[in-house]
Amino acid sequence: MKGLKKKIDSIKPQFEKGGRFSKLQSVFDGFYTFLYTPNETSASGVHIHDSNDSKRTMITVVIALLPCCLFGMWNIGLQHFMATGNPSREFFSLFFYGFLAVLPQILTAYVVGLGIEFIVAQIRGHEIQEGFLVSGILIPMICPVDTPCWMIAVAVAFAVIFAKEVFGGTGYNFLNIALVTRAFLFFSYPSKMSGDNVFVSLGGDKAVDSYSGATPLGQIASSTELGAAVTNIVGDPLSFGDIFMGYYPGSWGETSTLCILIGGAILLLTGIANWRIILSALCGGLLMSAVAHNWASPLYPATYLDPITQICFGGFLFAIVFMATDPVTACRTTVGKYIYGFLIGAIAIIIRCYNTGYPEGAMLAVLLMNCFAPLIDWCVVNSNIRRRMKRLTVKNS
Amino acid sequence: MNLKKTFIPLVNPISKDNPVIVQVLGICSALAVTSKLEPALVMAVSVTAVLSLANVIISLLRNTIPQSIRIIVQLVVVAALVVVVDQVLKAWNYEVSKALSVFIGLIITNCIIMGRLEAFALSNRPWPAFLDGIGNGIGYGLILVIVGFFRELFGSGTLMGYQIFPQSWYDAGYMNNGLMILPPMALIVVACIIWVHRSYNKDLQE
Repeated sequence: MKGLKKKIDSIKPQFEKGGRFSKLQSVFDGFYTFLYTPNETSASGVHIHDSNDSKRTMITVVIALLPCCLFGMWNIGLQHFMATGNPSREFFSLFFYGFLAVLPQILTAYVVGLGIEFIVAQIRGHEIQEGFLVSGILIPMICPVDTPCWMIAVAVAFAVIFAKEVFGGTGYNFLNIALVTRAFLFFSYPSKMSGDNVFVSLGGDKAVDSYSGATPLGQIASSTELGAAVTNIVGDPLSFGDIFMGYYPGSWGETSTLCILIGGAILLLTGIANWRIILSALCGGLLMSAVAHNWASPLYPATYLDPITQICFGGFLFAIVFMATDPVTACRTTVGKYIYGFLIGAIAIIIRCYNTGYPEGAMLAVLLMNCFAPLIDWCVVNSNIRRRMKRLTVKNS
Repeated sequence: MNLKKTFIPLVNPISKDNPVIVQVLGICSALAVTSKLEPALVMAVSVTAVLSLANVIISLLRNTIPQSIRIIVQLVVVAALVVVVDQVLKAWNYEVSKALSVFIGLIITNCIIMGRLEAFALSNRPWPAFLDGIGNGIGYGLILVIVGFFRELFGSGTLMGYQIFPQSWYDAGYMNNGLMILPPMALIVVACIIWVHRSYNKDLQE
């Protein structure tokens, strides 16, 4: 390791002002600070230093995503083997099938997204920001496994340029990049992003006779029989344990409640995600599900799910743990965070239950509340100011 | 030099003083009619016709219209012209007229038209007013056609109804972009045009 540092330090002057590659300074700096903590310190004033800079933050989120990611890859293999009637359940063959299925998507997302970030950083003469480290892995995880790479490339380019770079780059985006990518795909190529045929990778093999690729939420939304038990892709009923573990088809990163809880615990213990948002979103979701369950109507089949099952299905938990807590797009004020989280939870369940066009509403709920976050903050700050002004005038009179 | 001056009202609105991308007027119709190229073209021609004729008529009447009721007079003139355009379209191109539905009628409320009548026709002679109407119509139509071009090309793979992307692309996995047909994308395309335009015209940047 020392040798690497020496080598990098020896080529450093070429990238500084006047050096041979001075144009590529931001690229060099990006890689350098990725490997080593920068040794620049502020010269004046009093500053609190924290070694947890934004690069470390991003890496922590990626680590928190790993359980979901690894389980998702394994689950892709499991679903594939079940769908094609292959009795083998060997861990590594399942895992590698899924790994190879999603690898091109992950690479595409990173190459396109980071490519645009590097180019923009060069043009503007900024440092390279690390925001895309998380988005790049999140994007494939919230898309169906069979999404073509070119669609991901187009959507990533759209999201990075129009939702991030035009607003000033990492830290200035008001919408979550990964969700903008997904929303773009969802509205642009609906046949590839929803329905019964996109969430299980068949890989060209013929499916068994009893196969149906519908996700649990998809089955519920289209069920005619009320309170019908959800089944896995070959028609066996799913127990609550299966649902909790995530043995069902869906956007591959978000099925396992257990892995999301592990990831959430990592984020909360390292203090990166805000517990207020997660807590209030859970409350909002549970409360709204309870309300829907209490006044369940045959017009809206999803209302028959009991609150706990409702929460464990689909992308709800994944969205509130990894998307709603994005510090850039969430509310900044403490009270605002409670309101923001609560509304995300409630709106996600409202869309899921009462808009029969969308079996899942977590994406739209988070994007909607992203738009309202600045307004909520503004109201909270202003009501605070008004309250204190009142106190002031009472004292004076 | 003199000739150049005469044509300022015609040339200016096409780029430097474009009603859509500089003054940001008439955005609503730019969203509504541009999902295909043909309606966008028809809309552009209709607005140009209404605007130039209304400009001439108001300019001729400018000394007789009392200040206090000028908006009503302008509305009557524009409404009459819009009805004429609507009927002509219904007679000659019923399909497009149906596709445009209320938006032809809504030319009356197009802010570009009232804006030009107020700002230009009321204080200029008929010939410059006519040129101004044509210029603004072209400036508006140009943006509509550009937006309609991209939206139809990427949203439906066609232009003026003719297939552009060959079937082999679709067989290879290409798909039309459904978002292009939805109104939000029209705003984004307009924003891109503004972006390109302002990066060429530095003096327009705020």
